[in-house]
Amino acid sequence: MIDPKTKLRRTMMFVPGNNPKMINSADTYGADSLMFDIEDSIAVTEKDTARLLVAEALKSIKFKSETVVRINHPTQTPFGMDDLKVILPAKPDLIRLPKLECIEELNLVTAEIERVEKENGWEEGTIRIIAAIESVKGLYNVREMCKHPRMVAIALGAEDFIANIKTNRTKTGIELYFARSEILMAARDAEIQCLDTVFSDVKDMAGFEHEVSNSRDMGFDGKSVIHPKQITEVHRLYTPTDIQIKKALKVLDAYEDAQKNHKGVLAVDGKMIDGPIVVRAQRVVDQAIAAGVNVEEKREQA
Amino acid sequence: MQENANKVLIQSGTAGFDEKNDILVTVAPGQAGQGITVKLVSPVKFQYGKQMEKVIRETVQGAGFSDVTVDAIDKSAWDYTIKARVLGALERGMKK
Repeated sequence: MIDPKTKLRRTMMFVPGNNPKMINSADTYGADSLMFDIEDSIAVTEKDTARLLVAEALKSIKFKSETVVRINHPTQTPFGMDDLKVILPAKPDLIRLPKLECIEELNLVTAEIERVEKENGWEEGTIRIIAAIESVKGLYNVREMCKHPRMVAIALGAEDFIANIKTNRTKTGIELYFARSEILMAARDAEIQCLDTVFSDVKDMAGFEHEVSNSRDMGFDGKSVIHPKQITEVHRLYTPTDIQIKKALKVLDAYEDAQKNHKGVLAVDGKMIDGPIVVRAQRVVDQAIAAGVNVEEKREQA
Repeated sequence: MQENANKVLIQSGTAGFDEKNDILVTVAPGQAGQGITVKLVSPVKFQYGKQMEKVIRETVQGAGFSDVTVDAIDKSAWDYTIKARVLGALERGMKK
């Protein structure tokens, strides 16, 4: 069984939860996770039918991608808890909580998940949580919330967040720099994953590449996407290059050799190798394997 | 929705959209003893009409209703969509 805390989540694609045509084709684009939305993309008058449609889709279709359902806020809207009553029995892999602000909201949702798990005889922890930080209040509580045992990932929801701090979205991303950094540190401290916010301009692929490269270099594990063409680009950017893979393999092989032969100081290509470099090399190799790269072939070529 | 037997609709209810891969379902209270009456319009009725009607009937029965008139305008919906729209229409038909 794949550990839900380390599962590959380079892309989480938004799928409007009341659109059967989009739900039918959602699994064909290769996203690591599919996030069926019954929150912001659904009109208030259609919340009831959207939750039913998503639940029946989950019961009927065997999705290859991880399944995530973004419910409405459990306390700030009258819909969130009703969403859970319909969605949880359909057994999605994750519930995505929008606008998470305090640990009490997480506890409330977790209690409902536990109730449904027991009722159905499912193992505890069958359904996990990913939450989105979309306000300053949420950001200030993010460290405590990331450590909640149900949490497997945290995400940034930029549009509401920048409205809250009274600014605008820019191409440089300066307005989100602090939030991205803070959320990432909280995720790493809690040993969960961290996903970046959506990039709304689907026509601007150069801007998209710039933003994904930046958040990847910051340390983010993946990106929320809103269009199938963004998936391929994120996966490309999150796959280590041949040069990076071969260099990482050299480091790992040298480290293994040093361990076996009780060598002290270790060097590869004239550069000293220490603990953190070995850890980073292992991450590169893990990312390559996760992306489907034949690492053994690369080792032979190195 | 609670799956109790012998539920009676309070009023008509509609769910779904007249769009590709969707189905617009309207349910209305039937006369006592009339059973489940289904009127289906679909471009694939010749090929899949029987199966679609079966899904509609089973969903209505499974939700605990026995006397219901169902009007369905289909645009090639999959079974899960038919089921969800029927349940949605019934749920709306039970709201006061």
